[in-house]
Amino acid sequence: MSCSRMEKKILGYVDGRLKESERLEMEKHLTTCAACRVRVNEFRAVNVLLDELPAIEPSAAFDIRMQARVAAEPVKQSWWAWFAPSPRVVLAAAMLLLAMVWLGSRGSYTDPLSAADIDKINQNMPVLENYDVISDFAPLSELPPPVQADDASDTSSNQTM
Amino acid sequence: MLDVKAGDEQSFTLLLHRYRRPLINFLYRMVRNREQAEDLAQEVFIRVYRAREDYIPSAKFTTWLFRIATNLALNSVRDNRYQRMEISLDAPVTVDAEDGEEKALDVTEQHPNIEQHLVDEARRKMIRHAIDKLPEKQRAAVLLHKYQELDYGEISKILQCSESALKSLLFRAYETLRVELAPLVAQQARQ
Repeated sequence: MSCSRMEKKILGYVDGRLKESERLEMEKHLTTCAACRVRVNEFRAVNVLLDELPAIEPSAAFDIRMQARVAAEPVKQSWWAWFAPSPRVVLAAAMLLLAMVWLGSRGSYTDPLSAADIDKINQNMPVLENYDVISDFAPLSELPPPVQADDASDTSSNQTM
Repeated sequence: MLDVKAGDEQSFTLLLHRYRRPLINFLYRMVRNREQAEDLAQEVFIRVYRAREDYIPSAKFTTWLFRIATNLALNSVRDNRYQRMEISLDAPVTVDAEDGEEKALDVTEQHPNIEQHLVDEARRKMIRHAIDKLPEKQRAAVLLHKYQELDYGEISKILQCSESALKSLLFRAYETLRVELAPLVAQQARQ
């Protein structure tokens, strides 16, 4: 193993994170390479020095502030929650259904037509038919508009003059 | 996290208690300010809480958690970079406190062996500065590797790079630290 190939593995070796085969290969290299042995020792020294930095503890206020922030978070409703019926909606729907059933059970009563009514309709039927024909009669729409009453009085006065 | 997804609020509290300390420490080492680190940690947990219903366990929870944290921290570091340049050079002489906040030099009452305390503090300051000088992505990689003890696969997912690229990144970072901390490294290697 060359020194350049070894570089990436030095840290893993120092940490003890290499695979067994890689570790053995590294140790074989270290027996013949003084420069890499020095490098390994120095990396170990750096590792030990980094341990000298003490850790800090969370402040007493951290938990209190965190709890307050979580409590202030809005409750997230899922999309499906929209379909979940609320008690008030269920009650209103039940009342509406009952009312419809009650109205339906009463039935709709309508008086049948009497014979006199039928005769009357039959008598008026030609008038209704004529009205339908005249209302849709195209030539009538081409006639000039009817003369206004004021115009008619003006015309009669002119004639007298 | 699956219990949280199912609406179990108690499980979220458990998650919070389990991960708040490592998360705050990671963020603190990224942004070098305790208050800001706690604010960012709160933001991370709130995002987790908001996304709980959409959570898909395709990756480890820690990967997801630290990915959110890393993105927030990197954004914060970039936002702060220009603010730091504006710090007045006329500020009173102070020493960095352990928590990174500026504090007046007054250690005589608390530390009988002040000389040893100052030596230790100088060492820690040197180490902190060496880490701070790393490019942001290298710093995140070192912190996740060294202090969170995540494996290469997880870190590469968090930093969105290949495992091979991560190994190169970590190697370059440790090389820089080795050079920056050369006096301490030599001292340590002799022991």
